Amino acid sequence: MKQLLKTVAGAAFGLALATTGVVTAAHADGEKYILVSHAPDSDSWWNTIKNGIALAGEQMGVEVEYRNPPTGDLADMARIIEQAAASNPNGIITTLADFDVLSGPIRNAVDQGINVIIMNSGTPDQARDVGALMFVGQPEYDAGYAAGLRAKGDGIGSFVCVNHVISNTVVAERCRGFADGLGIDLGNSMMDSGQDPSEIKNRVLAYLASNPNTDAILTLGPTSADPTILALEENGMAGDIYFGTFDLGDNIVKGIKSGVIQWGIDQQPFLQAYLPVVILANYDRFGVLPGNNINSGPGFVTKDGLEKVEKFAGEYR
Amino acid sequence: MSNTVKSELTPDERVKEMSPFRRFLIRPELGSIAGTILVFFFFFLMARDSGMFSPAGVLNWSVVSAQFTIIAVGACLLMIAGEFDLSVGSMIGFAGMSIALLSIYLGWPIWLAIIATFILCMGIGALSGWLVIKTGLPSFIVTLAFLFILRGLTIFAAIATTRKTIIGGVRDAAEGDWLAPLFGGKILTGFFQWMGDNGWIETFSRGTREGQPVVEGVPMLVVWAIALVIFGHVLLTKTRFGNWIFASGGDAQSARYTGVPVNRVKIIMFMFTAFCACVFATSQVMEFGSAGADRGLLKEFEAIISVVIGGALLTGGYGSVIGAALGALIFGVVQQGLFFAGVESSLFRVFLGVILLLAVILNTYIRRMITGEK
Repeated sequence: MKQLLKTVAGAAFGLALATTGVVTAAHADGEKYILVSHAPDSDSWWNTIKNGIALAGEQMGVEVEYRNPPTGDLADMARIIEQAAASNPNGIITTLADFDVLSGPIRNAVDQGINVIIMNSGTPDQARDVGALMFVGQPEYDAGYAAGLRAKGDGIGSFVCVNHVISNTVVAERCRGFADGLGIDLGNSMMDSGQDPSEIKNRVLAYLASNPNTDAILTLGPTSADPTILALEENGMAGDIYFGTFDLGDNIVKGIKSGVIQWGIDQQPFLQAYLPVVILANYDRFGVLPGNNINSGPGFVTKDGLEKVEKFAGEYR
Repeated sequence: MSNTVKSELTPDERVKEMSPFRRFLIRPELGSIAGTILVFFFFFLMARDSGMFSPAGVLNWSVVSAQFTIIAVGACLLMIAGEFDLSVGSMIGFAGMSIALLSIYLGWPIWLAIIATFILCMGIGALSGWLVIKTGLPSFIVTLAFLFILRGLTIFAAIATTRKTIIGGVRDAAEGDWLAPLFGGKILTGFFQWMGDNGWIETFSRGTREGQPVVEGVPMLVVWAIALVIFGHVLLTKTRFGNWIFASGGDAQSARYTGVPVNRVKIIMFMFTAFCACVFATSQVMEFGSAGADRGLLKEFEAIISVVIGGALLTGGYGSVIGAALGALIFGVVQQGLFFAGVESSLFRVFLGVILLLAVILNTYIRRMITGEK
């Protein structure tokens, strides 16, 4: 028993040392930037962001790290931002998923002399409030509104919004914008689907069964779109019901090709990751900064524009 | 004559000599003390110049550690009493949402909202305890049920009243309140300002807070953590009630036979765990100015891990509050330290599992060595 305990302890210790040995060897000489996101580990959409910053880091010769709270808890994210500020990088790129929770740590980072760019979540006004250099992203309400107008033009009168990130108030603006674009009240059209795929599928099936007059479905990302495609195939409504989604992904692209999905809104996360790194690096080196915020989306992707999307779906698109 | 001289020379063989070192080894905190030293040494090597030991860095991981400590103290005392509480995380979310809804939606003053929430949460804790005793079910099951009930109620209450799951504006509502700074404020601010003025701490270089020190004071969260640890330790080791806690966890039936009010002890411990969760939630809400429906997710497991690293037995009757506090410290230092050391964030859970395993193996090994010799 003694021998076994000793071996296990030694092996675990050795493993721990080896892992950190590998990691600490990888410090670059260039500028260092940290991207802090609000996404839980399980959200696969952020893979594109990770690839985007890796590519930008390589091309600009800077070191970019990705940090996130494992469970998606925004209080943990605030601590991570505080920690990032304490480690004194050249810049921090972060989202503003909840202004109340995150504005304090971000403002402190800015006041310490660290440059901050807000990406993905938040409004341009909030970004200015916290003292960030700029905002790179897709204003949620505007994107939803544009989609709603498009759907209204296609003859839609009612919809269900499958929301898999109910705790992110800014993302819920997409649903509200869509309703306003359609000219109707949001009412009960926004559904909390949870994050588990089979849960989402079953809830969509239940909603469609109890609301048979729903004209359209709006999903907010691959996490809610993929199970919804399966649900529509199961109840036979695939291709019959107007289906639009935010973001792109493998299954969404297939859905667009086969006609199940009418359009996908690409907020082009690659730009949300790539551009801030480039902007910060050039700002640090030459002092140049674009004079306005950058809207990375919305880009409507229909059957006609699919080739490059297909090639890089889930990786860079 | 010769007999007396002989008995003076031979020591009494009924009294066993125990070296101070041996006595030190028997303490349940040994594993966590060794672990703490090891972890700090490890991070000193890896992350010495990454800002981890600067004032801002120290504040960062000590606040995270303090968070874990608060719930670990409650979980520790309850575990020593022989029960688990899996609803701590959900209660954190529930308490936070309760404060926000009572003050923002119903318009109550913050101090009333906080006191009402404390009473409500301790009531739910007492209900959990009463159910465990009345039904004889494992506390694991009863508190698992409350985990779902409370989480669901939190989300439902938020959406039914305000159609949002994050309720902000608490910071404005807490302006001028007398109870809010007790949870969300900072102490020793004058001392830190003095240190900032004299260059001991970095100051902000731009913005509205220019000239103020980066670390402006010791957060009340840390003060609460230290106070709860002292309270828990004194309660457990120096009072009769502490003996009752050990007895209830060690063998409830035997304890009853010797006159320990086991039911009352367990219910009080459930209430204490709820109290700790409520302190955590209130500090979080006051600090961040908002309550979210997903706050505190999975925190109960982190509390249990801290307690187990600290040397408590899962079956009850053995453990230490100081150990649990050190376990929470290790947890917090590792969680933030891995970011400082530049480790890929997804490896955090690997490290956590490895440390948990090492800590439990060390604790078990030492305990077997000690009890084997008894």
